[in-house]
Amino acid sequence: MDFELDDEQTALRDAVRGLLKGYDPATNSEQRRTITATDPGYDEALWLRLGEMGLLGLPFAEADGGMGAGPVEVAVVAEEIGRVLAPEPYVATVVLAGGVVAALGSDDQRAEVLGSLATGEQLVTFASGEVAEPVIQGARADTIVWEVDGEVFLVDRPADVTAYRTHDGGRAAHLVFERSDATVLGTGGEVRDTLKIVIARAQIAACHEALGAMDTALRLTTSYLTTRQQFGVTLNRFQALTFRAADMYTDLELTRSIVTWATLVSAFGEDDAVVEAAARAKLQTVRAARRIGQEAIQLHGGIGVTDEFSIGHFTSRLTALSHWLGDAREQVSVLSAGISQYGVIDPLD
Amino acid sequence: MRLRLTEEEAAFREEMRTFFTTEIPQDIRDDMRAGRHIEKDHFVRSMQAMNAAGIAVPNWPVEWGGKDWTPLQKHLWHEEMQLACVPPPLAFNAGMIGPVIAHFASQEMKERFLPATRNLDIWWAQGFSEPNAGSDLASLTTRAERDGDDWIVNGQKTWTTLGQHADWIFCLCRTDPEVKKQAGISMLLFPMDSPGVTLRPIKLLDGTFEVNEVFFDNVRVPGENLVGEVNQGWTQAKFLLGNERVGVAPVGATKRALSTAKEHASQLGALADPLMAARFVELENQLLALELTALRVVANSTDGKPHPASSVLKLKGTELQQEVTELLVDLAGPFSLASDSLTVPEWAAHAVPTYLNFRKASIYGGSNEIQRQIIAGTILGL
Repeated sequence: MDFELDDEQTALRDAVRGLLKGYDPATNSEQRRTITATDPGYDEALWLRLGEMGLLGLPFAEADGGMGAGPVEVAVVAEEIGRVLAPEPYVATVVLAGGVVAALGSDDQRAEVLGSLATGEQLVTFASGEVAEPVIQGARADTIVWEVDGEVFLVDRPADVTAYRTHDGGRAAHLVFERSDATVLGTGGEVRDTLKIVIARAQIAACHEALGAMDTALRLTTSYLTTRQQFGVTLNRFQALTFRAADMYTDLELTRSIVTWATLVSAFGEDDAVVEAAARAKLQTVRAARRIGQEAIQLHGGIGVTDEFSIGHFTSRLTALSHWLGDAREQVSVLSAGISQYGVIDPLD
Repeated sequence: MRLRLTEEEAAFREEMRTFFTTEIPQDIRDDMRAGRHIEKDHFVRSMQAMNAAGIAVPNWPVEWGGKDWTPLQKHLWHEEMQLACVPPPLAFNAGMIGPVIAHFASQEMKERFLPATRNLDIWWAQGFSEPNAGSDLASLTTRAERDGDDWIVNGQKTWTTLGQHADWIFCLCRTDPEVKKQAGISMLLFPMDSPGVTLRPIKLLDGTFEVNEVFFDNVRVPGENLVGEVNQGWTQAKFLLGNERVGVAPVGATKRALSTAKEHASQLGALADPLMAARFVELENQLLALELTALRVVANSTDGKPHPASSVLKLKGTELQQEVTELLVDLAGPFSLASDSLTVPEWAAHAVPTYLNFRKASIYGGSNEIQRQIIAGTILGL
């Protein structure tokens, strides 16, 4: 077992970090505020640059206009996005919607949809049900990958679109698909099993985004504790505060371990194992995200609750990620159903 | 990045599994599994079986019986041992004084003690904590004064685990009261039956005798029984405690305890209760995260220094260990009152004594508050 990035993956991480550095909350938290203030809530010029770098086509086959990379590379990008709270809808569009098209689309559909998704010309998102909500970037998207009753279609224009801003600065929509023109994706038919696996991979990528956000939330918090003064000393002199930061670190490291493992399962494991690993990673991520998000605000004091200071936005984003693609209750329910089938969990088998 | 063990690693793991499940006497493993009292004889037979196979002390230098294993192999050895319900090699011998002697002592002292220590022919006691030196160990006051070539030891140790079985003690003593407290400590070795040594057992909440007070009244110790140099004791103690912290994340044992609890829950029909099933799910998941963290730590400790995240292992490992004992108490329900009864299932009778006993886990080996201090200080820079 090896959890470390290789040289190429490290270079990818550094490149993505460089591209997103405008959002770095340590140097400039205005960028994100400005971008998220107006529709579509992300930087379309930056999105095209991500496309030029090949990041938007990272997981797709080269024949479909992608880079042919795997879950580890996707995880690297997602984590960097989370680290600076970039509002670009990477996981929802590339990993989830793109993932469904990659898994099910015909040759032509893959070339057309994934090709234009990879360059950034077209935004594609995923929606589920006759009335779907909240669909991430549902109003901005050029194409909706639409699942209903286990079958999947491509839809250009839903019958009704109600767009809104989400609490984390993102954009989502209420979509109604009644009598919309829809094209069958691939050969059609019931594809729930395939969807489950694509959604699991997107869940794992979203966990990496949360991991990046938690990492920064902790760093911002420890930095605050060593600079803010009260009673004539910096806050890190108060053990009641430093112990809480230590618990945040424990949560972060445990989460990093299980989320990275889930990515390795996604890269090298069986499909069934991916679904279970995603549930495990998500459960741990949601638990840690809640504690770290709350403690980050508490240790900052009043400014943690303001819009002006960035730390509270991390808590908002972590809460959004926790409830997107299945919350903790759902994971506990999924995992409970299987607990009688094994004695111990063996991650090395 | 890589998910699986290599073929060699998988074969090694299988070899360990086979050894622990076939070469350690079944009665010992049955008693461990049932959570019964583990006798001195259990420890001795188990460690001697391992020593005969050359795997009792893999962390020691190879020339003294250690193994040239990777950190991952050592981890697998430890995990398989726990999963097979094998009592671990006695910590005071294998994890504490053995490595200290091998690292700091003279060749003569190594030859005198290491083979017997490895084979548990000598049972060692740890003479560290005192009534007024617990987490603040360096403030210890047991003193050793020169008398010709000998040392005369006076003072008191406490929390001396399994000291009632001990043949020898490794004892931190103040040898220079004039300098900074860390700089005036030395480590002496002496037999527990030396004139002037008195041991008084401390009865614990669960009715067992696991720890002791040890009193020293003008105990005469030959000069040759000093480990390394005079006033080097604090360096030796830190070396020892660093090793101790790595070894106290009881992942395998807690996994086994949790799976046993699941069997009991299943027999009681309690897994049909979604609240109880959810507790198992949450605990299993946290334990998985802990195990994977342990694997990350061992994979990245190649330079011999403990990974910073090893404090997380002790902290979270003991919390989860305690949570499993709580779960067993809750599963036993009213039967848990019947702690001396033979009419309730054995595990239910043991549940509360074990729960009470394991409150110790977040206290020993550097209390969990000390671990938080290490994380905050050395990792987070607070």
